[in-house]
Amino acid sequence: MKKILAASILALSMATSGMAYADPLKIGMITTLSGGGAGLGVDARDGFMLALKQSGVKDIEVVTEDDAQKPELAVQIADKMIQSDKVDLLTGIIWSNLAMAVVPNAVAQGKFYLSVNAGPSALAGAKCDKNYFNVAYQNDNFHEAMGNYANTAGYKKVFILAPNYPAGTDSLNGFKRFYKGELAGEVYTKLGQTDYAAEIAQIRDSGADSVFFFLPGGMGIAFMKQYAQSGVETPVMGPGFSFDQDVLGAIGDAAVGVKNSASWSKDLDNAANKKFVEGFQAEYKRLPSIYAAQAYDTANLIISASAKASVKDADAFRAALKEAKFDSVRGKFKFNSNNHPIQDIYVREVVKEGDVLTNKIVATSFTDHEDAYAKDCKM
Amino acid sequence: MSTALLIEQILNGLQFGVMLFLMAAGLTLIFGVMGLINLAHGSLYMIGAFACAAVAAATGSFWLGLVASLAAAAAAGALVELVVIRRLYDRDHLDQVLATFALILIFSEGTRWLFGSFPLYLDIPSALSGAVQLPGGGRYPLYRLTIIGVGIAVAVGLYLLISKTRLGMRIRAGESDREMIAALGVDIRTLYTVVFALGAALAGLAGALVGALQSVQVGMGEPVLILAFVVIVIGGIGSIKGALVGAILVGLVDTLGRFLLPKLFAAFMGPAQGATAGAAIASMLIYIVMALILAFRPKGLFAANA
Repeated sequence: MKKILAASILALSMATSGMAYADPLKIGMITTLSGGGAGLGVDARDGFMLALKQSGVKDIEVVTEDDAQKPELAVQIADKMIQSDKVDLLTGIIWSNLAMAVVPNAVAQGKFYLSVNAGPSALAGAKCDKNYFNVAYQNDNFHEAMGNYANTAGYKKVFILAPNYPAGTDSLNGFKRFYKGELAGEVYTKLGQTDYAAEIAQIRDSGADSVFFFLPGGMGIAFMKQYAQSGVETPVMGPGFSFDQDVLGAIGDAAVGVKNSASWSKDLDNAANKKFVEGFQAEYKRLPSIYAAQAYDTANLIISASAKASVKDADAFRAALKEAKFDSVRGKFKFNSNNHPIQDIYVREVVKEGDVLTNKIVATSFTDHEDAYAKDCKM
Repeated sequence: MSTALLIEQILNGLQFGVMLFLMAAGLTLIFGVMGLINLAHGSLYMIGAFACAAVAAATGSFWLGLVASLAAAAAAGALVELVVIRRLYDRDHLDQVLATFALILIFSEGTRWLFGSFPLYLDIPSALSGAVQLPGGGRYPLYRLTIIGVGIAVAVGLYLLISKTRLGMRIRAGESDREMIAALGVDIRTLYTVVFALGAALAGLAGALVGALQSVQVGMGEPVLILAFVVIVIGGIGSIKGALVGAILVGLVDTLGRFLLPKLFAAFMGPAQGATAGAAIASMLIYIVMALILAFRPKGLFAANA
């Protein structure tokens, strides 16, 4: 028995040492693959893997695990990936509360973290870190863009609505930072609420000229369907999350014509985006969402950096990441001083192409937009 | 604040309550007759919604979907009772909770495996779209009025079933003395399967009706399940009447709380802070009500075996 054990340990160690060529990069991807939020994580994972497949690189290995949208589970997985899988870099988390639980700890242990989606304000400001890069956005950005758009569109009396949790308050604060008109009402709903009849009645009663709402995932689907059924005619708008490819099918025609903000859209005209959208459709037989686009960019950023420097040389690798020399599906991409993107944010409109609901860009709300917290980041 | 708005909010509360009743009736029936805590009741709700969405998408008819949701949930309920639940009646509640929790996970991942990770589309039938004029100038969606009607019909139907039929007599007998009714020669095993399938069908109906309003997605049943438990605790475990009163109470308190509390707090604290504080208190309100009721009536409003 002892002999067999010894032999297998020897064989294992030979197997691992045999793989050690040219400093391979090991990536730990923690994302949501089960539960109600799984659609977002599945899209992020698929976008990430598509980029690796298209690039043909052989020395990048990815371990993927499901966090089930639970912070405590995400922390355990991160520990396991760092301690026993020996990953060099973590990525993949969709939700801000999970990112807050995982990121500070991971970067404190000298690992890199690249965010494909979550961008909590704390990590963009005072708690920023040289090893934390956000490839997506800072949480407030899309909401700020919609606040700015409300001015351009001539709205004077907007009713605003978000769930009562940190990202919800960030959202309404972001909207109010740029919106100049008065508010017809400001309502915080319960996180996970699925019936909005009471809020819709208030909107009807308030005399608002438009409605801005941030309700990610199933909450947004429920709100939009009930809003359409209620017969209220006031136009709605929101950040791109509530009107992206993952939920449009479930909302149905009620979403047509709604304006929403995002840093990416499938009709952005650049070569990288064409390759991404066509590749994604060919590989997975569906249209990509913003989560897939951001993860695709994240993977390409990692590939570009690892071509320049080994991850074992942390300073050189970090510098290569910061340069951000990769073909972004957003056309252009660069990092601000706090390692968050400086990027254009567009206003999109939901349209019907054949039988499929999707978005097209109708305006640019911000050019080279920076987040409001960069000045608090001392790096 | 106009009267029309208040009437509309009361109707919203009623509609929410009636929907909770469909869930709570099955739950309380199963607990009352078999003494079983069924955490997987929310999964049956989800199965109803998915069956309705899938059949409606394939055939184009919401009504066929509704029939399918009843059939699918009842079949799933009967199957689960035969395969798993049957072995749990003599075990203690902790074993039941563990086993039915495992069922939630199995149903959730099974549904994802079949239908994928993205929410499904299900819209209300065109015959029920649009809004009707209310007295006082308000307008109210016809579909929500229909849900209230369906809920009342189910409540009346259950009352007749339990108080007037032979099956109902056996259900009542099963509630008060399980051993005796078996000794009298009633096939208690079939009775349990029938009651379980009936409760499941009601959950499936609720899932399909609500699925058209909300999003049809994996995990949609669990938030409703928690509220359904609150309802049966308030109403008295095992009592259908209690489930009805509890459900309407929870529906009205939750809806009116969400609507009125932020306004009330805004009067003292200013709009922004009042909205946040009011929303926070409103989300706790039904649990506060539950705690108060339990403080004065520990067995709930209409305790079945009091």
